[in-house]
Amino acid sequence: MNIPTNLKYTKSDEWFDPATGAMGITDYAQSQLSDIVFVELLVEEGDTLEAGKPIASVESVKASAEIYAPAGGKVAAVNKGLADKPEAINSDPYGEAWMIQLEGAAEGDLMDSAAYEKYCAERTH
Amino acid sequence: MTYIPISPRERDAMLETIGVKSLDDLFEDVPAKHRFPKLDLPPALTEMEVLDELSGLAQANENVHSDLISFLGAGAYNHYIPSVVDHMLRRGEFYTAYTPYQPEISQGTLQAIFEYQSLMCALTGMEVSNASHYDGATAAAEAVNLAFAQFRGKRRKVVVSPTVHPQYRAVIRTYTQGMDLELAGDDPNADLESSPENLQSLVSEDTCLVIVQYPDFFGRIYDYTKLIEAAHAKGALVCVVANPTALAMFKTPGAMGADIVVGDGQPLGIPLWYGGPSVGFFTTRKQYVHKMAGRLVGETMDSKGQRSYVLTLTAREQHIKRERATSNICTNQGLIALGTAVYLSLLGKKGLRQVAELCYQKAHYAAAQLSKIEGMGLCFSEPFFHEFALCLNRPVEEVNAHLLEHGILGGYNLGQDYPALKNHMLIAVTEMNTKEDIDALVEALSEVSHD
Repeated sequence: MNIPTNLKYTKSDEWFDPATGAMGITDYAQSQLSDIVFVELLVEEGDTLEAGKPIASVESVKASAEIYAPAGGKVAAVNKGLADKPEAINSDPYGEAWMIQLEGAAEGDLMDSAAYEKYCAERTH
Repeated sequence: MTYIPISPRERDAMLETIGVKSLDDLFEDVPAKHRFPKLDLPPALTEMEVLDELSGLAQANENVHSDLISFLGAGAYNHYIPSVVDHMLRRGEFYTAYTPYQPEISQGTLQAIFEYQSLMCALTGMEVSNASHYDGATAAAEAVNLAFAQFRGKRRKVVVSPTVHPQYRAVIRTYTQGMDLELAGDDPNADLESSPENLQSLVSEDTCLVIVQYPDFFGRIYDYTKLIEAAHAKGALVCVVANPTALAMFKTPGAMGADIVVGDGQPLGIPLWYGGPSVGFFTTRKQYVHKMAGRLVGETMDSKGQRSYVLTLTAREQHIKRERATSNICTNQGLIALGTAVYLSLLGKKGLRQVAELCYQKAHYAAAQLSKIEGMGLCFSEPFFHEFALCLNRPVEEVNAHLLEHGILGGYNLGQDYPALKNHMLIAVTEMNTKEDIDALVEALSEVSHD
Protein backbone atom coordinates (compact mmCIF):
# COMPACT_ATOMS: atom_id res chain seq x y z
CA MET A 1 0.00 0.00 0.00
CA ASN A 2 1.43 3.34 -1.07
CA ILE A 3 0.75 6.11 1.48
CA PRO A 4 3.03 9.12 0.87
CA THR A 5 4.11 10.83 4.09
CA ASN A 6 3.78 14.38 2.73
CA LEU A 7 0.03 14.08 2.21
CA LYS A 8 -3.01 14.30 4.49
CA TYR A 9 -5.95 11.86 4.35
CA THR A 10 -9.70 11.67 4.94
CA LYS A 11 -11.81 8.86 6.36
CA SER A 12 -13.50 8.59 2.96
CA ASP A 13 -10.09 7.82 1.37
CA GLU A 14 -9.21 11.07 -0.35
CA TRP A 15 -5.69 12.49 -0.18
CA PHE A 16 -4.86 16.18 0.11
CA ASP A 17 -1.53 17.86 -0.52
CA PRO A 18 -1.24 20.88 1.83
CA ALA A 19 1.71 22.20 -0.19
CA THR A 20 -0.09 22.42 -3.55
CA GLY A 21 -3.78 22.15 -2.65
CA ALA A 22 -4.18 19.15 -4.99
CA MET A 23 -6.37 16.20 -4.07
CA GLY A 24 -7.44 12.79 -5.34
CA ILE A 25 -8.26 9.33 -4.06
CA THR A 26 -5.80 7.04 -2.32
CA ASP A 27 -4.07 3.89 -3.43
CA TYR A 28 -6.24 2.01 -0.93
CA ALA A 29 -9.43 3.45 -2.47
CA GLN A 30 -8.44 2.57 -6.04
CA SER A 31 -7.49 -0.98 -5.03
CA GLN A 32 -10.87 -1.42 -3.30
CA LEU A 33 -12.80 -0.11 -6.30
CA SER A 34 -10.75 -2.17 -8.78
CA ASP A 35 -10.69 -1.20 -12.50
CA ILE A 36 -12.05 2.32 -12.82
CA VAL A 37 -13.94 2.87 -16.06
CA PHE A 38 -15.54 6.27 -15.64
CA VAL A 39 -14.88 9.47 -13.78
CA GLU A 40 -16.90 12.65 -13.81
CA LEU A 41 -15.79 15.80 -12.06
CA LEU A 42 -18.77 17.57 -10.54
CA VAL A 43 -17.13 20.97 -9.93
CA GLU A 44 -15.64 23.62 -12.13
CA GLU A 45 -12.78 26.05 -11.83
CA GLY A 46 -13.85 28.98 -9.71
CA ASP A 47 -16.43 27.07 -7.62
CA THR A 48 -16.21 27.57 -3.88
CA LEU A 49 -16.43 24.35 -1.89
CA GLU A 50 -17.01 23.26 1.65
CA ALA A 51 -15.16 20.26 3.00
CA GLY A 52 -17.23 17.10 2.49
CA LYS A 53 -19.02 18.29 -0.64
CA PRO A 54 -19.04 15.77 -3.54
CA ILE A 55 -16.51 16.80 -6.17
CA ALA A 56 -16.45 13.75 -8.42
CA SER A 57 -18.22 10.54 -9.23
CA VAL A 58 -16.17 7.44 -9.99
CA GLU A 59 -17.39 4.16 -11.44
CA SER A 60 -15.46 0.93 -11.49
CA VAL A 61 -16.45 -2.44 -12.85
CA LYS A 62 -17.64 -3.26 -9.30
CA ALA A 63 -19.16 -0.13 -7.86
CA SER A 64 -19.81 3.56 -8.06
CA ALA A 65 -18.45 6.03 -5.52
CA GLU A 66 -18.71 9.70 -4.75
CA ILE A 67 -15.50 11.57 -4.02
CA TYR A 68 -15.65 14.35 -1.43
CA ALA A 69 -13.64 17.53 -0.95
CA PRO A 70 -11.08 16.92 1.82
CA ALA A 71 -10.96 20.64 2.56
CA GLY A 72 -12.94 23.78 1.83
CA GLY A 73 -11.74 26.45 -0.55
CA LYS A 74 -11.87 27.78 -4.05
CA VAL A 75 -11.30 25.42 -6.98
CA ALA A 76 -8.13 26.73 -8.66
CA ALA A 77 -7.87 23.95 -11.27
CA VAL A 78 -9.55 20.73 -12.34
CA ASN A 79 -7.85 17.81 -14.09
CA LYS A 80 -9.73 17.98 -17.37
CA GLY A 81 -7.78 15.13 -18.95
CA LEU A 82 -8.88 12.64 -16.29
CA ALA A 83 -12.30 11.93 -17.86
CA ASP A 84 -10.57 10.53 -20.95
CA LYS A 85 -8.16 8.45 -18.90
CA PRO A 86 -10.01 7.11 -15.84
CA GLU A 87 -7.57 4.20 -15.59
CA ALA A 88 -4.92 6.69 -14.38
CA ILE A 89 -6.70 6.53 -11.01
CA ASN A 90 -5.60 2.90 -10.79
CA SER A 91 -2.08 3.38 -12.13
CA ASP A 92 -1.07 6.70 -10.58
CA PRO A 93 -3.56 7.84 -7.93
CA TYR A 94 -1.25 10.42 -6.36
CA GLY A 95 0.19 11.87 -9.56
CA GLU A 96 -1.50 11.85 -12.94
CA ALA A 97 -4.90 11.20 -11.37
CA TRP A 98 -5.12 14.32 -9.22
CA MET A 99 -8.70 15.57 -9.45
CA ILE A 100 -8.88 19.18 -8.38
CA GLN A 101 -6.60 21.81 -6.89
CA LEU A 102 -7.89 23.99 -4.08
CA GLU A 103 -6.81 27.53 -3.29
CA GLY A 104 -6.80 28.99 0.20
CA ALA A 105 -7.90 25.62 1.50
CA ALA A 106 -9.27 25.41 5.01
CA GLU A 107 -8.13 22.01 6.12
CA GLY A 108 -10.61 20.08 8.16
CA ASP A 109 -9.92 17.16 10.44
CA LEU A 110 -7.41 15.21 8.31
CA MET A 111 -5.16 12.27 9.18
CA ASP A 112 -1.42 12.11 8.65
CA SER A 113 0.06 9.14 6.78
CA ALA A 114 0.71 7.10 9.93
CA ALA A 115 -2.85 7.51 11.17
CA TYR A 116 -4.22 6.73 7.72
CA GLU A 117 -2.08 3.60 7.41
CA LYS A 118 -3.48 2.40 10.73
CA TYR A 119 -7.02 3.28 9.59
CA CYS A 120 -6.57 1.21 6.40
CA ALA A 121 -5.08 -1.71 8.30
CA GLU A 122 -8.05 -1.76 10.69
CA ARG A 123 -10.46 -2.09 7.79
CA THR A 124 -8.48 -4.77 6.01
CA HIS A 125 -8.67 -7.17 8.97
CA MET B 1 -38.65 -25.57 -5.88
CA THR B 2 -42.21 -25.90 -4.69
CA TYR B 3 -44.71 -23.23 -5.66
CA ILE B 4 -46.85 -23.87 -2.59
CA PRO B 5 -45.65 -21.11 -0.36
CA ILE B 6 -46.44 -22.70 2.96
CA SER B 7 -47.75 -26.05 4.20
CA PRO B 8 -49.70 -26.37 7.49
CA ARG B 9 -46.75 -28.19 9.02
CA GLU B 10 -44.31 -25.45 8.02
CA ARG B 11 -46.69 -22.84 9.38
CA ASP B 12 -46.96 -24.60 12.73
CA ALA B 13 -43.19 -24.93 12.91
CA MET B 14 -42.78 -21.22 12.27
CA LEU B 15 -45.42 -20.27 14.83
CA GLU B 16 -43.76 -22.50 17.41
CA THR B 17 -40.34 -21.01 16.68
CA ILE B 18 -41.52 -17.46 17.38
CA GLY B 19 -43.58 -18.58 20.35
CA VAL B 20 -47.12 -17.97 19.11
CA LYS B 21 -49.89 -20.54 19.35
CA SER B 22 -51.98 -19.69 16.33
CA LEU B 23 -52.08 -17.32 13.36
CA ASP B 24 -54.78 -15.26 15.10
CA ASP B 25 -52.46 -14.66 18.05
CA LEU B 26 -49.95 -13.20 15.65
CA PHE B 27 -52.40 -10.48 14.69
CA GLU B 28 -53.83 -9.77 18.13
CA ASP B 29 -52.34 -6.26 18.14
CA VAL B 30 -54.54 -5.35 15.18
CA PRO B 31 -58.04 -4.48 16.44
CA ALA B 32 -60.50 -7.14 15.26
CA LYS B 33 -62.59 -4.71 13.22
CA HIS B 34 -59.53 -3.69 11.19
CA ARG B 35 -58.53 -7.22 10.34
CA PHE B 36 -59.27 -8.77 6.98
CA PRO B 37 -63.06 -8.52 6.50
CA LYS B 38 -65.34 -11.48 5.80
CA LEU B 39 -65.96 -11.61 2.06
CA ASP B 40 -69.52 -11.75 0.88
CA LEU B 41 -69.01 -13.85 -2.22
CA PRO B 42 -71.53 -15.82 -4.27
CA PRO B 43 -71.17 -19.61 -4.32
CA ALA B 44 -68.19 -20.87 -6.30
CA LEU B 45 -68.76 -21.72 -9.96
CA THR B 46 -67.50 -24.74 -11.86
CA GLU B 47 -64.80 -24.29 -14.51
CA MET B 48 -67.43 -24.71 -17.23
CA GLU B 49 -69.62 -22.01 -15.75
CA VAL B 50 -66.69 -19.62 -15.29
CA LEU B 51 -65.60 -20.08 -18.90
CA ASP B 52 -69.14 -19.42 -20.06
CA GLU B 53 -69.46 -16.26 -17.99
CA LEU B 54 -66.06 -14.85 -18.96
CA SER B 55 -66.61 -15.64 -22.65
CA GLY B 56 -69.85 -13.70 -22.46
CA LEU B 57 -68.03 -10.73 -20.94
CA ALA B 58 -65.27 -10.92 -23.57
CA GLN B 59 -67.81 -10.99 -26.38
CA ALA B 60 -69.29 -7.75 -25.13
CA ASN B 61 -66.07 -6.06 -26.29
CA GLU B 62 -65.64 -5.04 -29.87
CA ASN B 63 -62.20 -5.37 -31.40
CA VAL B 64 -60.42 -4.06 -34.45
CA HIS B 65 -59.86 -7.51 -35.95
CA SER B 66 -63.35 -8.81 -36.55
CA ASP B 67 -65.83 -6.19 -35.33
CA LEU B 68 -64.69 -2.70 -36.23
CA ILE B 69 -62.77 -0.83 -38.88
CA SER B 70 -60.41 1.42 -36.96
CA PHE B 71 -59.14 4.89 -37.82
CA LEU B 72 -58.06 5.58 -34.27
CA GLY B 73 -54.36 6.19 -33.63
CA ALA B 74 -53.02 9.07 -31.55
CA GLY B 75 -50.06 7.11 -30.24
CA ALA B 76 -51.20 3.47 -30.57
CA TYR B 77 -51.56 2.01 -34.04
CA ASN B 78 -53.30 -0.98 -35.56
CA HIS B 79 -50.64 -2.77 -37.60
CA TYR B 80 -50.44 -6.31 -38.88
CA ILE B 81 -48.52 -8.60 -36.53
CA PRO B 82 -46.99 -11.71 -38.12
CA SER B 83 -47.92 -14.78 -36.07
CA VAL B 84 -44.27 -15.65 -35.50
CA VAL B 85 -44.01 -12.73 -33.06
CA ASP B 86 -46.47 -14.30 -30.67
CA HIS B 87 -44.94 -17.77 -31.09
CA MET B 88 -41.54 -16.42 -30.07
CA LEU B 89 -42.93 -14.50 -27.10
CA ARG B 90 -44.67 -17.62 -25.79
CA ARG B 91 -41.53 -19.69 -25.72
CA GLY B 92 -40.96 -20.69 -22.10
CA GLU B 93 -37.34 -19.52 -22.15
CA PHE B 94 -38.47 -15.96 -22.74
CA TYR B 95 -41.98 -15.96 -21.32
CA THR B 96 -41.02 -16.94 -17.78
CA ALA B 97 -37.81 -14.97 -17.59
CA TYR B 98 -37.54 -12.40 -14.86
CA THR B 99 -34.77 -9.82 -14.64
CA PRO B 100 -31.56 -11.80 -14.73
CA TYR B 101 -29.89 -10.72 -11.50
CA GLN B 102 -26.92 -12.83 -12.46
CA PRO B 103 -27.34 -11.62 -16.01
CA GLU B 104 -24.44 -13.34 -17.72
CA ILE B 105 -25.95 -16.73 -17.02
CA SER B 106 -28.90 -15.79 -19.25
CA GLN B 107 -27.04 -15.48 -22.54
CA GLY B 108 -30.23 -15.89 -24.61
CA THR B 109 -31.98 -13.01 -22.85
CA LEU B 110 -28.90 -10.81 -23.12
CA GLN B 111 -28.50 -11.61 -26.82
CA ALA B 112 -32.16 -10.74 -27.45
CA ILE B 113 -31.71 -7.40 -25.66
CA PHE B 114 -28.50 -6.77 -27.62
CA GLU B 115 -30.34 -7.41 -30.90
CA TYR B 116 -33.15 -5.10 -29.79
CA GLN B 117 -30.68 -2.33 -28.96
CA SER B 118 -28.89 -2.72 -32.29
CA LEU B 119 -32.18 -2.52 -34.21
CA MET B 120 -33.26 0.61 -32.32
CA CYS B 121 -29.94 2.33 -33.06
CA ALA B 122 -30.26 1.50 -36.75
CA LEU B 123 -33.84 2.77 -36.84
CA THR B 124 -33.21 6.06 -35.06
CA GLY B 125 -29.74 6.74 -36.44
CA MET B 126 -28.28 6.94 -32.95
CA GLU B 127 -25.23 5.36 -31.28
CA VAL B 128 -26.55 3.65 -28.14
CA SER B 129 -29.87 2.28 -26.98
CA ASN B 130 -30.86 1.09 -23.55
CA ALA B 131 -32.82 -2.11 -22.98
CA SER B 132 -36.13 -0.16 -22.98
CA HIS B 133 -38.57 1.70 -20.76
CA TYR B 134 -42.22 1.18 -19.88
CA ASP B 135 -43.56 3.20 -22.79
CA GLY B 136 -42.85 6.16 -25.01
CA ALA B 137 -44.08 8.68 -22.44
CA THR B 138 -41.78 7.48 -19.65
CA ALA B 139 -38.88 7.31 -22.10
CA ALA B 140 -39.53 10.97 -22.97
CA ALA B 141 -39.58 11.88 -19.27
CA GLU B 142 -36.30 10.02 -18.78
CA ALA B 143 -34.81 12.22 -21.52
CA VAL B 144 -35.52 15.17 -19.21
CA ASN B 145 -33.70 13.37 -16.38
CA LEU B 146 -30.70 12.74 -18.62
CA ALA B 147 -30.46 16.36 -19.74
CA PHE B 148 -31.02 17.69 -16.23
CA ALA B 149 -28.20 15.47 -14.91
CA GLN B 150 -25.93 16.30 -17.85
CA PHE B 151 -25.85 19.93 -16.72
CA ARG B 152 -25.87 18.93 -13.03
CA GLY B 153 -29.03 20.90 -12.39
CA LYS B 154 -27.46 24.17 -13.56
CA ARG B 155 -29.90 24.46 -16.48
CA ARG B 156 -33.47 24.36 -15.20
CA LYS B 157 -35.63 24.93 -18.26
CA VAL B 158 -37.12 22.35 -20.62
CA VAL B 159 -38.77 23.50 -23.84
CA VAL B 160 -41.58 21.14 -24.86
CA SER B 161 -43.35 21.62 -28.17
CA PRO B 162 -47.15 21.84 -27.76
CA THR B 163 -47.40 19.29 -30.58
CA VAL B 164 -45.79 16.55 -28.49
CA HIS B 165 -48.45 13.96 -27.52
CA PRO B 166 -50.59 15.52 -24.74
CA GLN B 167 -50.27 12.41 -22.58
CA TYR B 168 -46.48 12.42 -22.95
CA ARG B 169 -46.46 16.04 -21.81
CA ALA B 170 -48.62 15.07 -18.84
CA VAL B 171 -46.16 12.30 -17.87
CA ILE B 172 -43.24 14.73 -18.22
CA ARG B 173 -45.06 17.15 -15.89
CA THR B 174 -45.60 14.36 -13.37
CA TYR B 175 -41.99 13.18 -13.55
CA THR B 176 -40.53 16.64 -13.13
CA GLN B 177 -42.70 17.96 -10.33
CA GLY B 178 -40.52 18.86 -7.38
CA MET B 179 -37.40 19.18 -9.54
CA ASP B 180 -37.84 22.95 -9.70
CA LEU B 181 -37.83 22.82 -13.50
CA GLU B 182 -39.54 25.27 -15.80
CA LEU B 183 -41.48 23.67 -18.65
CA ALA B 184 -41.77 26.18 -21.48
CA GLY B 185 -43.89 25.83 -24.61
CA ASP B 186 -46.14 23.20 -23.03
CA ASP B 187 -49.28 25.18 -23.83
CA PRO B 188 -52.37 23.70 -25.52
CA ASN B 189 -53.44 27.21 -26.53
CA ALA B 190 -50.23 27.86 -28.46
CA ASP B 191 -50.33 28.57 -32.19
CA LEU B 192 -50.34 25.05 -33.63
CA GLU B 193 -49.56 26.21 -37.16
CA SER B 194 -46.39 27.88 -36.02
CA SER B 195 -43.19 26.44 -37.53
CA PRO B 196 -41.06 24.39 -35.14
CA GLU B 197 -38.25 26.91 -35.64
CA ASN B 198 -40.33 29.36 -33.62
CA LEU B 199 -39.58 27.24 -30.53
CA GLN B 200 -36.07 28.71 -30.79
CA SER B 201 -37.26 31.89 -29.12
CA LEU B 202 -37.97 29.89 -25.95
CA VAL B 203 -34.50 28.28 -25.86
CA SER B 204 -32.09 30.15 -23.60
CA GLU B 205 -28.74 29.56 -21.88
CA ASP B 206 -30.82 28.11 -19.04
CA THR B 207 -32.38 25.39 -21.23
CA CYS B 208 -31.19 21.82 -20.75
CA LEU B 209 -33.53 20.11 -23.23
CA VAL B 210 -35.85 20.78 -26.15
CA ILE B 211 -38.47 18.10 -26.91
CA VAL B 212 -40.25 17.77 -30.25
CA GLN B 213 -42.23 14.95 -31.86
CA TYR B 214 -41.67 13.31 -35.27
CA PRO B 215 -44.17 13.03 -36.88
CA ASP B 216 -45.81 15.45 -34.46
CA PHE B 217 -49.07 14.65 -32.65
CA PHE B 218 -51.02 15.76 -35.75
CA GLY B 219 -49.00 13.48 -38.01
CA ARG B 220 -46.97 16.31 -39.56
CA ILE B 221 -43.41 15.76 -40.73
CA TYR B 222 -40.80 18.44 -40.14
CA ASP B 223 -37.07 18.46 -40.62
CA TYR B 224 -35.84 19.57 -37.20
CA THR B 225 -32.22 20.09 -38.30
CA LYS B 226 -32.35 23.90 -38.00
CA LEU B 227 -34.10 23.86 -34.65
CA ILE B 228 -31.53 21.36 -33.36
CA GLU B 229 -28.66 23.53 -34.58
CA ALA B 230 -30.18 26.55 -32.87
CA ALA B 231 -30.68 24.64 -29.61
CA HIS B 232 -27.10 23.37 -29.72
CA ALA B 233 -25.90 26.94 -30.24
CA LYS B 234 -27.44 27.70 -26.83
CA GLY B 235 -25.84 24.60 -25.36
CA ALA B 236 -29.12 22.70 -24.95
CA LEU B 237 -29.75 19.05 -25.86
CA VAL B 238 -32.62 18.00 -28.12
CA CYS B 239 -34.88 14.99 -27.72
CA VAL B 240 -37.02 13.79 -30.62
CA VAL B 241 -40.05 11.64 -29.80
CA ALA B 242 -40.42 9.47 -32.88
CA ASN B 243 -42.86 7.00 -34.40
CA PRO B 244 -40.66 4.00 -35.27
CA THR B 245 -42.68 3.02 -38.37
CA ALA B 246 -42.18 6.48 -39.86
CA LEU B 247 -38.43 6.18 -39.36
CA ALA B 248 -38.30 3.48 -42.04
CA MET B 249 -39.31 6.08 -44.59
CA PHE B 250 -38.07 9.47 -43.46
CA LYS B 251 -34.76 11.05 -42.47
CA THR B 252 -33.73 9.77 -39.04
CA PRO B 253 -33.60 12.11 -36.05
CA GLY B 254 -29.98 10.99 -35.68
CA ALA B 255 -29.24 12.47 -39.11
CA MET B 256 -30.89 15.73 -37.98
CA GLY B 257 -28.46 15.93 -35.07
CA ALA B 258 -30.75 14.88 -32.21
CA ASP B 259 -29.07 14.02 -28.91
CA ILE B 260 -31.80 11.69 -27.67
CA VAL B 261 -34.45 9.81 -29.65
CA VAL B 262 -37.28 8.11 -27.77
CA GLY B 263 -40.65 6.70 -28.69
CA ASP B 264 -43.19 3.98 -28.20
CA GLY B 265 -42.37 0.58 -29.66
CA GLN B 266 -46.03 -0.49 -29.88
CA PRO B 267 -46.29 -0.03 -33.68
CA LEU B 268 -43.55 -2.66 -34.06
CA GLY B 269 -45.54 -5.86 -33.62
CA ILE B 270 -47.23 -5.14 -30.30
CA PRO B 271 -51.06 -5.47 -30.15
CA LEU B 272 -53.31 -2.61 -29.09
CA TRP B 273 -54.42 -4.77 -26.18
CA TYR B 274 -56.32 -2.68 -23.63
CA GLY B 275 -53.89 0.23 -23.82
CA GLY B 276 -50.78 -1.63 -22.68
CA PRO B 277 -48.33 -3.03 -21.84
CA SER B 278 -46.12 -1.26 -24.29
CA VAL B 279 -42.42 -0.56 -24.57
CA GLY B 280 -40.48 2.69 -24.78
CA PHE B 281 -37.28 2.90 -26.73
CA PHE B 282 -34.50 5.23 -25.67
CA THR B 283 -31.47 5.96 -27.80
CA THR B 284 -28.76 8.57 -27.43
CA ARG B 285 -25.17 9.42 -28.24
CA LYS B 286 -22.20 7.70 -26.62
CA GLN B 287 -21.19 10.78 -24.70
CA TYR B 288 -24.42 10.70 -22.65
CA VAL B 289 -24.46 7.00 -21.93
CA HIS B 290 -23.46 7.40 -18.27
CA LYS B 291 -26.50 9.58 -17.64
CA MET B 292 -28.89 7.16 -19.34
CA ALA B 293 -31.40 5.24 -17.24
CA GLY B 294 -31.88 1.52 -17.39
CA ARG B 295 -29.44 -1.04 -18.63
CA LEU B 296 -27.24 -1.60 -21.64
CA VAL B 297 -26.13 -4.98 -22.93
CA GLY B 298 -22.84 -5.30 -24.79
CA GLU B 299 -21.13 -7.95 -26.86
CA THR B 300 -17.79 -9.35 -25.76
CA MET B 301 -15.65 -12.50 -25.86
CA ASP B 302 -15.43 -15.09 -23.14
CA SER B 303 -12.21 -16.76 -21.93
CA LYS B 304 -12.45 -19.27 -24.77
CA GLY B 305 -12.71 -16.58 -27.41
CA GLN B 306 -16.43 -17.20 -28.01
CA ARG B 307 -18.91 -14.42 -28.66
CA SER B 308 -20.89 -13.65 -25.53
CA TYR B 309 -23.03 -10.91 -24.00
CA VAL B 310 -22.67 -8.93 -20.79
CA LEU B 311 -24.62 -6.32 -18.88
CA THR B 312 -22.18 -3.54 -19.78
CA LEU B 313 -23.70 -0.58 -18.04
CA THR B 314 -26.32 0.15 -15.43
CA ALA B 315 -24.84 3.45 -14.37
CA ARG B 316 -27.94 4.84 -12.69
CA GLU B 317 -29.45 1.70 -11.21
CA GLN B 318 -29.68 0.78 -7.57
CA HIS B 319 -27.26 -2.12 -7.45
CA ILE B 320 -24.51 0.20 -8.68
CA LYS B 321 -25.52 3.58 -7.30
CA ARG B 322 -27.17 2.39 -4.06
CA GLU B 323 -29.02 5.25 -2.37
CA ARG B 324 -27.91 7.66 -5.11
CA ALA B 325 -29.70 5.66 -7.82
CA THR B 326 -31.94 7.70 -10.08
CA SER B 327 -33.34 4.80 -12.10
CA ASN B 328 -35.10 1.63 -11.17
CA ILE B 329 -36.17 0.00 -14.37
CA CYS B 330 -35.71 -3.64 -13.35
CA THR B 331 -37.51 -6.15 -15.51
CA ASN B 332 -39.17 -3.35 -17.42
CA GLN B 333 -40.56 -4.45 -20.74
CA GLY B 334 -38.09 -7.13 -21.72
CA LEU B 335 -40.69 -9.39 -23.28
CA ILE B 336 -42.35 -6.60 -25.21
CA ALA B 337 -38.97 -5.31 -26.39
CA LEU B 338 -38.26 -8.83 -27.61
CA GLY B 339 -41.55 -8.70 -29.54
CA THR B 340 -40.41 -5.57 -31.37
CA ALA B 341 -37.03 -7.17 -32.14
CA VAL B 342 -38.74 -10.25 -33.59
CA TYR B 343 -41.07 -8.05 -35.64
CA LEU B 344 -38.23 -5.95 -37.04
CA SER B 345 -36.12 -9.02 -37.79
CA LEU B 346 -39.02 -10.60 -39.67
CA LEU B 347 -39.85 -7.55 -41.75
CA GLY B 348 -36.32 -6.40 -42.34
CA LYS B 349 -35.35 -3.01 -43.72
CA LYS B 350 -37.43 -3.40 -46.88
CA GLY B 351 -40.46 -4.90 -45.17
CA LEU B 352 -40.70 -2.10 -42.62
CA ARG B 353 -40.34 0.49 -45.36
CA GLN B 354 -43.14 -1.25 -47.24
CA VAL B 355 -45.38 -1.02 -44.16
CA ALA B 356 -44.53 2.68 -43.80
CA GLU B 357 -45.21 3.36 -47.48
CA LEU B 358 -48.55 1.56 -47.37
CA CYS B 359 -49.57 3.63 -44.37
CA TYR B 360 -48.42 6.80 -46.08
CA GLN B 361 -50.19 6.11 -49.39
CA LYS B 362 -53.43 4.98 -47.81
CA ALA B 363 -53.50 7.93 -45.41
CA HIS B 364 -53.00 10.30 -48.33
CA TYR B 365 -55.76 8.63 -50.31
CA ALA B 366 -58.06 8.94 -47.30
CA ALA B 367 -57.12 12.59 -46.75
CA ALA B 368 -57.75 13.44 -50.42
CA GLN B 369 -61.17 11.74 -50.40
CA LEU B 370 -62.24 13.18 -47.06
CA SER B 371 -61.26 16.73 -47.94
CA LYS B 372 -63.72 16.59 -50.86
CA ILE B 373 -66.65 16.27 -48.47
CA GLU B 374 -68.54 19.51 -48.15
CA GLY B 375 -68.22 21.02 -44.70
CA MET B 376 -65.04 19.13 -43.90
CA GLY B 377 -61.40 19.79 -44.60
CA LEU B 378 -57.83 19.11 -43.63
CA CYS B 379 -56.75 21.25 -40.75
CA PHE B 380 -53.07 21.62 -41.70
CA SER B 381 -51.28 21.86 -45.02
CA GLU B 382 -47.85 20.50 -44.02
CA PRO B 383 -46.61 17.09 -45.24
CA PHE B 384 -47.86 14.26 -43.06
CA PHE B 385 -47.19 10.57 -42.50
CA HIS B 386 -50.18 8.34 -41.70
CA GLU B 387 -52.26 10.60 -39.52
CA PHE B 388 -53.98 13.92 -40.14
CA ALA B 389 -56.38 16.34 -38.44
CA LEU B 390 -59.79 16.63 -40.08
CA CYS B 391 -62.03 19.60 -39.45
CA LEU B 392 -65.72 18.63 -39.02
CA ASN B 393 -68.86 20.71 -39.04
CA ARG B 394 -70.21 19.22 -35.82
CA PRO B 395 -68.93 17.78 -32.50
CA VAL B 396 -66.56 14.81 -32.76
CA GLU B 397 -68.59 12.79 -30.22
CA GLU B 398 -71.64 13.04 -32.46
CA VAL B 399 -69.69 12.04 -35.57
CA ASN B 400 -68.03 9.11 -33.83
CA ALA B 401 -71.38 7.83 -32.54
CA HIS B 402 -72.63 7.85 -36.15
CA LEU B 403 -69.51 6.07 -37.40
CA LEU B 404 -69.83 3.40 -34.73
CA GLU B 405 -73.30 2.57 -36.05
CA HIS B 406 -71.54 1.81 -39.34
CA GLY B 407 -68.98 -0.41 -37.63
CA ILE B 408 -66.28 2.23 -37.81
CA LEU B 409 -64.11 3.32 -34.91
CA GLY B 410 -63.59 7.00 -35.65
CA GLY B 411 -60.65 9.27 -34.95
CA TYR B 412 -59.30 10.87 -31.82
CA ASN B 413 -61.15 13.92 -30.49
CA LEU B 414 -58.55 16.69 -30.58
CA GLY B 415 -60.79 19.21 -28.81
CA GLN B 416 -60.24 17.42 -25.49
CA ASP B 417 -56.56 18.50 -25.53
CA TYR B 418 -56.53 21.61 -27.71
CA PRO B 419 -59.38 24.12 -27.20
CA ALA B 420 -58.74 25.64 -30.65
CA LEU B 421 -59.33 22.25 -32.27
CA LYS B 422 -62.91 21.80 -31.16
CA ASN B 423 -64.73 19.71 -33.84
CA HIS B 424 -61.41 18.33 -35.06
CA MET B 425 -60.68 14.64 -35.40
CA LEU B 426 -57.27 12.98 -35.74
CA ILE B 427 -57.54 10.18 -38.27
CA ALA B 428 -54.94 7.40 -38.49
CA VAL B 429 -54.67 5.08 -41.49
CA THR B 430 -52.46 2.00 -41.55
CA GLU B 431 -51.82 -0.95 -43.86
CA MET B 432 -54.73 -2.65 -42.07
CA ASN B 433 -57.24 -0.30 -43.69
CA THR B 434 -58.32 -1.48 -47.14
CA LYS B 435 -59.52 0.87 -49.87
CA GLU B 436 -63.05 -0.40 -49.12
CA ASP B 437 -62.59 0.53 -45.43
CA ILE B 438 -61.50 4.04 -46.40
CA ASP B 439 -64.36 4.43 -48.88
CA ALA B 440 -66.78 3.29 -46.17
CA LEU B 441 -65.40 5.98 -43.86
CA VAL B 442 -65.77 8.61 -46.58
CA GLU B 443 -69.36 7.55 -47.24
CA ALA B 444 -70.33 7.50 -43.57
CA LEU B 445 -68.76 10.92 -43.01
CA SER B 446 -70.51 12.34 -46.10
CA GLU B 447 -73.82 11.20 -44.62
CA VAL B 448 -73.19 12.84 -41.27
CA SER B 449 -71.90 16.00 -42.93
CA HIS B 450 -75.12 16.47 -44.89
CA ASP B 451 -77.50 15.46 -42.12
